[in-house]
Amino acid sequence: MSVTKSEIRPGAYFDSVVLMQLQRSLVALDGVEDAGVVMATPANLELLADSDLLTGEGKAANPDDLLIVVRADNAKAAEAALAQVDELMKQRRSSIGQEYRARSLAGAAKSLPEAEWTLISVPGRYAADVAQEAMDSGKHVFLYSDNVSLEDEIKLKQQGVEKGLLVMGPDCGTAIINGIGLGFANRVRRGDIGLVGASGTGLQAITAGIHNLGGGVSQAIGTGGRDLKSEVAASTMLQGLAYLEADPATKVIVLVSKPPAAEVATRLLQTARHAGKPVVVAFIGYAPPAPAIGNLYFAAGMDDAARLAVELSQGGAKVDSKAAAPIQGYLRGLFSGGTLASETLLGLQAFLSPVFSNVAMRKEQELADPLTSQAHTIVDLGEDVFTVGRLHPMMDNDLRLRRMQEEAEDKEVGLILLDVVLGEGAHADPAKELAPAIAKHKKAHKDLEFVALVVGTDEDPQNLDEQVSAFEKAGAVVLRSVAETVAYVAARLAAGLPAAGQPVAAFSEPLAAINVGVESFYESLKAQGAAAMQVDWRPPAGGNEELASILAKMRT
Amino acid sequence: MADIQQANQQAVERMMEARPILKGVAVAKDVIPGMKDNLIMHAGPPIEWERMSGPMRGAVIGGLICEGLAKDAKSAEAMVKAGEVEFAPCHHHQSVGPMAGVTTASMMVYILENETHGNQAYSNLNEGYGKVLRYGAYSDEVITKLKWMNDVMGPMLAAALEGSDGIDIRALLSESLHMGDEGHNRNKAGSILYTAKLAPLIARVAKDEAEEAEVLKFLGDNALSVLNPVMAACKAMADAAHGVEGSTVVTTMARNGTDFGIRVSGLDDAWFTAPVEQPDGLYFPGYTSEDASGDIGDSTITETAGIGGYAMATAPAIVQFVSGTAQDALNATLEMYEITVAEHSHFTIPNLEFRGTPTGTDIRKVVELGLLPRINTGIAHKEAGVGQVGAGLVRPPMKIFEDALLAYAKKYDL
Repeated sequence: MSVTKSEIRPGAYFDSVVLMQLQRSLVALDGVEDAGVVMATPANLELLADSDLLTGEGKAANPDDLLIVVRADNAKAAEAALAQVDELMKQRRSSIGQEYRARSLAGAAKSLPEAEWTLISVPGRYAADVAQEAMDSGKHVFLYSDNVSLEDEIKLKQQGVEKGLLVMGPDCGTAIINGIGLGFANRVRRGDIGLVGASGTGLQAITAGIHNLGGGVSQAIGTGGRDLKSEVAASTMLQGLAYLEADPATKVIVLVSKPPAAEVATRLLQTARHAGKPVVVAFIGYAPPAPAIGNLYFAAGMDDAARLAVELSQGGAKVDSKAAAPIQGYLRGLFSGGTLASETLLGLQAFLSPVFSNVAMRKEQELADPLTSQAHTIVDLGEDVFTVGRLHPMMDNDLRLRRMQEEAEDKEVGLILLDVVLGEGAHADPAKELAPAIAKHKKAHKDLEFVALVVGTDEDPQNLDEQVSAFEKAGAVVLRSVAETVAYVAARLAAGLPAAGQPVAAFSEPLAAINVGVESFYESLKAQGAAAMQVDWRPPAGGNEELASILAKMRT
Repeated sequence: MADIQQANQQAVERMMEARPILKGVAVAKDVIPGMKDNLIMHAGPPIEWERMSGPMRGAVIGGLICEGLAKDAKSAEAMVKAGEVEFAPCHHHQSVGPMAGVTTASMMVYILENETHGNQAYSNLNEGYGKVLRYGAYSDEVITKLKWMNDVMGPMLAAALEGSDGIDIRALLSESLHMGDEGHNRNKAGSILYTAKLAPLIARVAKDEAEEAEVLKFLGDNALSVLNPVMAACKAMADAAHGVEGSTVVTTMARNGTDFGIRVSGLDDAWFTAPVEQPDGLYFPGYTSEDASGDIGDSTITETAGIGGYAMATAPAIVQFVSGTAQDALNATLEMYEITVAEHSHFTIPNLEFRGTPTGTDIRKVVELGLLPRINTGIAHKEAGVGQVGAGLVRPPMKIFEDALLAYAKKYDL
């Protein structure tokens, strides 16, 4: 049989909502049939009476008293319920009281106005729209989502360039910004090595390697795997490179990628050549022209890249000052030595594209006619076609003098490169014939530059010092090795890309980010001490295409 | 196409700059445009007798009895069925009423005037708790109380206000929101402020001390005294925002116990309606959700104007409605920022660093985010005459926002 028990707490006031909550908790207890928790006003007593909850004790209560009534299966259950009142009033469910989860990027941005970054990991078909919204509100984008179309990627990245915003991705897994890992990232110490990578695991392997070797990371900027395809043209990597170049905290730069498209690699290297900082290039699967050219260091793999970067960072990297502002015009390399021509070509074609030659390694770079230069040309004048019926150009300068004349008169030519090979058997005094010609052409064509690659020793019969000084007096730059020559010529002629659009402004500290999608990214941001907001994202209009398309029209 | 952003900005500016002043109390028929003897105004979108919920029917019966048109429930029903009674939403007559919202020709009503834009709005007088007409009760005690309100309190308020500059309800709300009210389910502080402002005015005009004491006690004891002037004030604000070409801002949200209806600033006077949802609430002793009527009342005009459920963060005393913690109350308001156009320039929330309340619901954002307005509400018993059984939270049906969006696309040729 049911038992009704009550308790009066004189003068204890609680808001009715608190009391209703308590009542609900009491009813949920074992054996309890019904309960009433009220301030004992006449109206409330009437309510209790209607529900058969009014006890004799209750009737006597005053309007200022708290009245608790429990009707249960048996006396024990009723008493047990009353005994729990205090505890129930204190109880808080663990699922409630959580920090606010925004439903939209705009909502999150209002709550975290300092957020400069948006991490996006929504399904691919929606990702571009979310990224667009983020960029419209002036935020950098870390776009983890994949299945974003190439057109969307190009469109987003073009805007990024115009607005000075980074679009890292799509399909970007890793970045470290101001010491905070975005997406998948290792915890590494901060330092002076900055990275830009089209490969997430590549960035992870190298940043981890740097840390393990005692170095540290300034920034690791991801680009997404397609950034170095011809269509995207390294848009983000070039932005990242420019950022690190300007970043006073970055001393050494590392570029990481799977094999880039050839022309993209060329543009990147051209630009990197002017970075004014050592750049470690880790294009996995790319055949480097040399271990190092100027400020560029080509890594054999990711471990090697980490090692090189740390060495350069610790060793006080020196950067050749000869990488002066580039000039306009074509290169004409007039070589007497075949191997010198080939090696120079190999090095320069990483920066200049195309470089035509009669000793070309790529079919598309073969000179149509060895007697006529086209665009950038490196010609080996020791080839049979030139030496029929005359002496080899190492002994006879006549052919080179005539070709030099032709090249100098070509208005499109900016730099003429000659090799001068000294030693036994060679011409007794090449400078005597070549230097005056250089001087004459320089006088006639003010902007034309000459480089002489002089190969020889101080014991050679021609007198090395006199040769060098004769060429220098004539106005030529004299260099002593192919590597130096490639580095110099690449810097003079490879303009890199003119810095388009808006430069990316220095990232604010501390990092503040909005995460749209995968919750673990948000949790990881919080765990690293970054300010972060989670957006509880859902497809627009619940995935209703008709409504979504109307909404899209209304946005424009 | 109209610039939606700009239109919405204009609509919401008008809503926030509207300054409704309580100017007086008068007989409905004398002041409400289109009011007539056999007209019963009710809450929510239009509805016919056959589809009315229990409490709405009860209130209609009570209204007819109170008006002297019927002597009991039976004759009242007969009148309705004979087509002798006309029905219209309060909203069609610049008015609002809580719960059933039943307002008849001879009832005393509050007159609110928006000093900024010049429009008026009206609401009936609040009956307090217990058995009341607005929950569909029509017993003798209900009718007796209504008569007292009409014969004693109403005229006294009318006289008191007549000799005054009126009461600035927007200013009162700004203050009560800093005192734990959210303006819909909790109006405790506002009602005390309201009584305090009225008391000297009443004292000046009251002829009978006993009546004066009775009226002041009624106003002071009733934590909902100010609800009706607040609702009419919100109506005046929302009406000021209505009719802005191209705007997607909601200017009406109202329930009649059967349907939930909205109207949109840039969509003329079209209603978009769908069956109401059941409130999720806490119940008075002896009642459960089984007893609850469908969502009912014009009081959602408060959320429409940026307070009520939208201002939950500022009402910590009633956080139990949102599961019990102050954080959840904050979250409720933060959520509403996502579907609104502006932060109110006059209604601010101290514990959100005085951010304005989320104001001006944008149907686009509701549909896009799948995020519905949060409405704080009282819960009526489903049967006529029982009264309030609880209070809680309810959301409108999503369909009405989707329909409004489709209508917008049609009207504006998208």
